[in-house]
Amino acid sequence: MTATITPYRSPQQAERDGFTQLLHAEWTKFRTLRGWVIAIVIAVVLIDVVALLVPRGNNQCGSGSGAACLGHVPTGPGGEAVNDTYYLAAQPLAGDGSITVRVTSLTGEIATNEGGFISGSGSDHGVMHSLVPWAKAGIIIAGSTRPGSAYAAMMVTGSHGVRMQYDYTSDIAGLPGSVSAASPRWLRLTRSGDAITGYDSADGKHWTEVGTVHLSGLTGAVRAGMFAASPLDFTPNLPSYAESGGGASASVATGVFDHVDLRGGAPGGRWAGQQVGSANGPQPPRGIGFRRASARYTVTGSGDIGPVVAAGVNTGYDTGTLADHLLGLFIGLLIIVVIAAMFITVEYRRGLIATTLAASPRRGRLLAAKAVVIGMVTFLLGSAAVAVAVIAGSQISRDGGIYVLPVGWLTEARVIVGTGAMLAVASVLALSIGTILRRSVAAVAAVIVAIVLPYVLGVSGVLPASASEWILRVTPAAGFAIEQSVPQYQQVVGHYAPPDYFPLAPWSGFAVLCGYAAVGLGLAAYLLRRRDAGGAG
Amino acid sequence: MNQTMTIARHRLPRPGRPVRAGTTWAGLPEALRAEWTKLRTVPGTWSILAATCVLTVAVGAATEAATRCGAGSGCAIDSTKVSLTGIQVGQAVVAVLAVLMISGEYSTGMIRTTFTAMPRRAIVLAAKAAVLTCLVLPAALIAVAGSLAAGRLILSGNGITAAHGFAVVSLAYGPTVRAAIGSVLYLALVGLVSLGIATIVRDSAAATGAVLGMLYVPPMIALFLGSERTWQHWVERYAPTNAGLAILNTTRVHSLVISPWAGLGVLAAWAAAALLAAGVLLRVRDA
Repeated sequence: MTATITPYRSPQQAERDGFTQLLHAEWTKFRTLRGWVIAIVIAVVLIDVVALLVPRGNNQCGSGSGAACLGHVPTGPGGEAVNDTYYLAAQPLAGDGSITVRVTSLTGEIATNEGGFISGSGSDHGVMHSLVPWAKAGIIIAGSTRPGSAYAAMMVTGSHGVRMQYDYTSDIAGLPGSVSAASPRWLRLTRSGDAITGYDSADGKHWTEVGTVHLSGLTGAVRAGMFAASPLDFTPNLPSYAESGGGASASVATGVFDHVDLRGGAPGGRWAGQQVGSANGPQPPRGIGFRRASARYTVTGSGDIGPVVAAGVNTGYDTGTLADHLLGLFIGLLIIVVIAAMFITVEYRRGLIATTLAASPRRGRLLAAKAVVIGMVTFLLGSAAVAVAVIAGSQISRDGGIYVLPVGWLTEARVIVGTGAMLAVASVLALSIGTILRRSVAAVAAVIVAIVLPYVLGVSGVLPASASEWILRVTPAAGFAIEQSVPQYQQVVGHYAPPDYFPLAPWSGFAVLCGYAAVGLGLAAYLLRRRDAGGAG
Repeated sequence: MNQTMTIARHRLPRPGRPVRAGTTWAGLPEALRAEWTKLRTVPGTWSILAATCVLTVAVGAATEAATRCGAGSGCAIDSTKVSLTGIQVGQAVVAVLAVLMISGEYSTGMIRTTFTAMPRRAIVLAAKAAVLTCLVLPAALIAVAGSLAAGRLILSGNGITAAHGFAVVSLAYGPTVRAAIGSVLYLALVGLVSLGIATIVRDSAAATGAVLGMLYVPPMIALFLGSERTWQHWVERYAPTNAGLAILNTTRVHSLVISPWAGLGVLAAWAAAALLAAGVLLRVRDA
């Protein structure tokens, strides 16, 4: 008696070589290994654990502690936190017009005791006669004297020549060199509607246009006048990134103006002096104000007109950025890159690679499927963890009295999604290294040394700042730049250091990591095709 | 680790020869010889040791080349410490060698043969530790000497010279000698901690991850705790790498949380604890 047995035929036979099947197979391999799933969940949970549990900030102040210490920080037209504290001598300007001055002197004083000038002392005790680099005096057209309003200004500075600055974040260089009676600087601002043009000149005859800007919200009556400001004296020249900035001293700057010519102002208008904003930091009481002697005007001011930076000392608060809540990222990354490398090396160790390649002989596609699976898993879990860390962590920081610099929702979304993508690209790089090296121990060690170690070296402060900066530019750790939520400003002196600031811009750093991943993946695909699949454990 | 590791028959104790009972370390010479034979015949050992030297010197040299410091700018550079930056990478390679020594045996099943031949497992571990130390010490010596020589050459080229107020890397300077000897010992101790952890974890990839995590995570944790001085100092005093690397400092030593030699002592305590735990687990667990 014989029975006929029909061989089993897979209903999916026609599509056996399809990429979807391959993806499904790799996804099954990944999710059925309980240890890996647990490890990758631990990895992303650790990101949040560090964000939510590492204590940050417990500010004490006169009005209590924590969030109670946070006062109002003005925001500029772009939504960024700004310093807007200066002394202004101005007149209203109802319509179009211009203001022209000659600046003959810019001098300054810096308190030598940390904190501020010794109040009430008219003597020079505790005072150094010098200018901070970004001390500034010049002319300004501002929408109003409410801190955070739109403005454009032409100014002479302590050591950066003539500048045109507007709306807090923008800075254009004009004539170089410092100002003195022998080499005065002529400055002019003209207004035409919401367009403001800045000019500078060394002799009052030959004028050079520095820039034209359109300021939104600069309609109707504005204020035009002379101003002076001087930020806190702060030298971020430190041996390493990790050591936080030293103390900062109060400073004042005094500008001397003549040949003052306001056109378009009210007939018979008088210059009125006014302190704009009030600094939260140490207040320098010395000589702030506005004086007139015939055609000579002297304006003395303190403070700054510019963006608040997390690295600086310009506000009275501890400031932070979203990235402060991503310190656990590298621990999560360490676990993720180990899993990603093992995603391929265990196949070599167990000999499963032979089965896998027999089932799907197109090896490049196999690698692509593995990359998509590990990349997607990492991206989705990583983004979710980063979202929790950034959103909940910022709230905890604020409750602790740390001013988290405000950013738009687009920037916040970029930090969250970009950091998730950074983890995903790093996992693909790790997978590539695993494919190239094939052996678990070598691959795991290599991915940690290549991806995690540079970050540790670059950020932990064991290296001099110049070496740290170099590492964070050229190694895969450059990808961490994506977590920056606020830019650096060259016109604000600060201690620009990770995790708030990286040497590369967010997407540039991300591109460096992507470059490594692309090269790694290409080499891995080439070697996977070319080599025998025997491999080694 | 797919190579079969064979132990030459004549090197084993002859069958029937009585094992010297009664002494704690009976069988140690044989175990040492066996471990030495295994380690030196596995391809990879020598290239890993060479990699330790090359990577340590290369990373140190790259760091020195990237180190710039204008005279009088107030940047305080510890030239010896900068020269020995490569230790940060070299330690990972030493750790890998230690992991391979034991996890390699577990992944190939060789461990059962080893324990059949040498049933006293603690002796096997002691022999592995001794052989590892004997290999790492000379490699570390070459790596450290190379790093310091490179530091002397490159840093002076960058203007970090005595004329500008910086200490030139020199073995005539006591703290530099301490850092040099200390970092050689540091690498050997890292190998021993790694051997202990790998014996506890057994799986090669997991052990590599665990050991490297031990090396690189605590220094960052200490950094996060910047505002919490008590916790930060606790990590800096008692975490293996934080404490151990205190030995690299030659300037501002008084401001360290833990003194250089005490830090190395903490790392030695970690090594002893890891090997002890590994020894106990070897005895109680099935191979």
